[in-house]
Amino acid sequence: MLTKKILISAISALSLTLASNAAFALSAEEQKGLDISMEAKKRDLGWQDSTADMRMLLRNKQGQESIREIKIKSLEIHGDGDKSLTIFNKPRDIKGTAFLSFSHPVAADEQWLFLPALKRVKRISSRNKSGPFMGSEFAFEDLSSFEVEKYSYKYLGVEELNGFTNFKVEQYPVDENSGYTRRIVWLDTLEYRIHKIDFYDRKNSLLKTLTFSGYKQYLAKHWRADSQEMINHQNGKSTELKWSNYNFKTGLSDSDFNRNSLKRAR
Amino acid sequence: MRDKLYNFVGKNPFWVILVCITFSIVAGLGVQKLEFKSDYRVFFSEENPQLTAFETMQKVYAKSDNVSFVVVPKDGNVFTKEHLAALKKLTKASWQIPYSTRVDSVTNFQYSYAEEDDMIVEDLVMSTKNLTSEKLEKIKGIAINEPLLVNKIISKTGHVSVVNVTVQLPGIDPMAETPEIAASVRAIKAQFLAEHPEVDVYLSGMIMMNTSFGEASINDGTTLIPLMFLVVIVTIGVLLRTITGTIATVLVIIMSIVTTMGLAGWLGFYLTGPSSSAPTMIMTLAVADCIHILTSMFYEMRQGADKRTAIARSIKINLQPIFLTSVTTAIGFLSMNFSDSPPFRDLGNLVAIGVMLAFVFSVTIFPALLTVLPIRVKMHKEGKKDIMAKLADFVIAKRKLLLPLTSVFIIVSIMFIPNNELNDDFVKYFDETVPYRVATDFMQDNLSGMMVVEISVKTGKPSGINDPKYLQSVSDFTDWLRDRPETDHVNTITDTLKRLNKNMHGDDPSWYKLPDSQEMSAQYLLLYEMSLPYGLDLNNQLDVDKSSSRIVVTFKNMTSNELINVEQDMIAWFAKHAPQYEVDFSSPSLMFAHIGQRNIISMLIGTTLALILISILLGVALKSWRFGLISLLPNLAPAAIGFGIWGLYSGQVGLGLSVVIGMTLGIVVDDTVHFLSKYLHARRDKNASPQEAVHYAFDNVGRALWITTFVLVAGFTVLAQSSFKMNADMGFLTALTIFVALVVDFLFLPPLLMLLDKDKKKVTQNVAAVVDTPIKAA
Repeated sequence: MLTKKILISAISALSLTLASNAAFALSAEEQKGLDISMEAKKRDLGWQDSTADMRMLLRNKQGQESIREIKIKSLEIHGDGDKSLTIFNKPRDIKGTAFLSFSHPVAADEQWLFLPALKRVKRISSRNKSGPFMGSEFAFEDLSSFEVEKYSYKYLGVEELNGFTNFKVEQYPVDENSGYTRRIVWLDTLEYRIHKIDFYDRKNSLLKTLTFSGYKQYLAKHWRADSQEMINHQNGKSTELKWSNYNFKTGLSDSDFNRNSLKRAR
Repeated sequence: MRDKLYNFVGKNPFWVILVCITFSIVAGLGVQKLEFKSDYRVFFSEENPQLTAFETMQKVYAKSDNVSFVVVPKDGNVFTKEHLAALKKLTKASWQIPYSTRVDSVTNFQYSYAEEDDMIVEDLVMSTKNLTSEKLEKIKGIAINEPLLVNKIISKTGHVSVVNVTVQLPGIDPMAETPEIAASVRAIKAQFLAEHPEVDVYLSGMIMMNTSFGEASINDGTTLIPLMFLVVIVTIGVLLRTITGTIATVLVIIMSIVTTMGLAGWLGFYLTGPSSSAPTMIMTLAVADCIHILTSMFYEMRQGADKRTAIARSIKINLQPIFLTSVTTAIGFLSMNFSDSPPFRDLGNLVAIGVMLAFVFSVTIFPALLTVLPIRVKMHKEGKKDIMAKLADFVIAKRKLLLPLTSVFIIVSIMFIPNNELNDDFVKYFDETVPYRVATDFMQDNLSGMMVVEISVKTGKPSGINDPKYLQSVSDFTDWLRDRPETDHVNTITDTLKRLNKNMHGDDPSWYKLPDSQEMSAQYLLLYEMSLPYGLDLNNQLDVDKSSSRIVVTFKNMTSNELINVEQDMIAWFAKHAPQYEVDFSSPSLMFAHIGQRNIISMLIGTTLALILISILLGVALKSWRFGLISLLPNLAPAAIGFGIWGLYSGQVGLGLSVVIGMTLGIVVDDTVHFLSKYLHARRDKNASPQEAVHYAFDNVGRALWITTFVLVAGFTVLAQSSFKMNADMGFLTALTIFVALVVDFLFLPPLLMLLDKDKKKVTQNVAAVVDTPIKAA
């Protein structure tokens, strides 16, 4: 199982390298889509680590709402997916629960959860990528870091959105456990910030739309949106994320992102 | 007025024909706008409280429209490598069904277990390649012991399993969405069967039921309507022996139907199972008008009148009676507007429009056609009249015997009315020729019934469901339900929590119990939720802020009353054991269970109003309040007898039958009107004795009455062949009632008239006698 995954990721990494080096396999649209995505990734490199608070507002079709509050610490990893530690604050009965994730571009992510009530760290099944994060409309894969290798690409053109000229790029997940057949992403041509993503489910019908607003620049380089709203078109539910207290280069290291650090996390 | 009408028609037949046909075509173009709504929800008005409750629950939790593939391995064991591999494939293919949001099967069941210190959540059947017989046994053991699966997804013995697909209809184009899903599901089934000939597959679920509503109606349209035309052609052809008359009648029928359905389209009606029987009903009722006009015309022609004079006389004689009978029929059908179920209101309105249009066409284009078409009449003696005369003699001679005999029959029939019970079992809306019914019956025999009730238990507090007291109440309630004999399956979050608690303690069975603190439950649930893949989350069981949870109970099939009783028991349980929680009960089963009662009550009001209105009309038409009152008996007795016989024969009264009284009232009145008007004509104008008057009435309208009754009974018997049971039962009971009405008018009404009308001075006394007679007889 594991060896197969490694093999798959190796092959896809290899093919991607081959493809980007020698453009013979890619059409012009595919190459341009890939170039835009690589540029977007490149522009955000070097943030090292970050901490932020996130407030999640879940809403159902009936208008009922529910709030979740979490703190997220992230560590930039070169050549692999980022590491993150999520500490839950609200609802109260899950306060102190902490979630550690090592994301990988193509292979399954590694995840652990610390349950204070049980005082134990539990490993979480790795096939949940497509599943909802804390009952929200965000799937795990919507929240994990963007890695070029996760998708293959196709440039669709330029479109005006929110007063910006945007590249419109279609992305096809490489991982077969992804819940999507494709995503369409709008990035502005100025700063390569994502403004909108349309998600298409496994039967290729529009499932969700994610919009970003309130972009702020940190360390004169890294753009982060204050607010993200995910609307599920199929079930009428929505989830809004509000980010605050962004801090970068706080000095976090690998030792803050392991099973032991989970129990200490606050 | 009566003369003027035919004067105009007779002088300008081509104009009349042209205008009528143009009108019919313009109106008929609206048919293109007419669409079929195949959704069980159409049976409920927007203000229906059960529907409102259900829609709210669907918004709070996930929707529960579904399609079920019932997979039956021919070797009787789901748990083989091949069958599980096939199920896995079917599960995967099901994600491609349009609007699918969730697929549940044995293979993708999110099985959790302990492994060292970790909790693994994964598909119960991951890979089928290396399944040894021990592994297969293990999987089987898990599946048939899992309360979430057994009886719902897998049978107790593991011989049948279900792949259940939840769909979320966007509702943008409801007419297209359901058929689109059905087409996709059938394609998947066909491919699956082609690849796996060793299994049988049945299709069930709400979507297939909705599809069946549409298909049963289309099926009816292609079989019943042609059959009905055949009946009409044969009846008129054989009984009246005229080809052109038949052609003209068929044209009037077609125009009545096309115009009505076209107008329905222009007016924004949509078709539903019940209202799609409107064409058959209109056809049946339209024939009667034509028969009356043809009969009178031929009578005149045989008497030596030329064609134009015969038509003119026929129109003159018939205009008032057929107008009156059309109006009473329309009133009867309009009483269906009191129904709680919109499709029946539509049916009533459509048929009422159709009947009035049929009247208009019968006195305009019909005589116009008869004027221009060549008609020959064979001169022959009315042999049939002798039969009617003999019947009259018989009735008059045996009146002393017939009256008590028929009264006893009526009373005995009435005694069987309480045998009927209200029951709207939507599965039985289809007969056994409909695949959905077959599939559902199979499911009932092998897995679980179709009676589902969703119960939302609310705490009103965010995260309230993690409270150990709450969980204990839900768990106790679940146990209480599972102890009831009618329960097949209960889906509850407490089972999941117990299993998680066990997993967290190294799969130790003694830990299969609820976690003992709020935090513990919350964190277990978080862990579990975080492990679930797309489409298999807990959103269908928990609301967004975890303040309430939904329990889904599947019961064995039962009647509406039984289900309402179970609902009462459940309400009582919460009142006694957990009064602090607000509890909602809802589901399509409950909606159908309640609508019968709501509908019966509203239909009784509607029918009473129709009865009053019709009686007033009769009083005016017969120019006698007394006879208007007397006519009540023969008008009401047929429906009473009909329901009495139905009580003996079936006893299940649903939505479809609750409208029959109102519907038949308007039709059976016609017989009484014809008979009484002739009787009174003889008494008043010819100074005849009651006996002579009865004889006169038999001679004059007896034949017309039995011919129209024959057509009506034939028409509604054709409708009774519908595979849509709701229409079939309605057709059968209507046919029965109309037939009984004729019997009552021939055997009960004349002796009654001869008794009451004996001596005008003794009338009051005799009314008392008639009231006495049945009591004595009983």
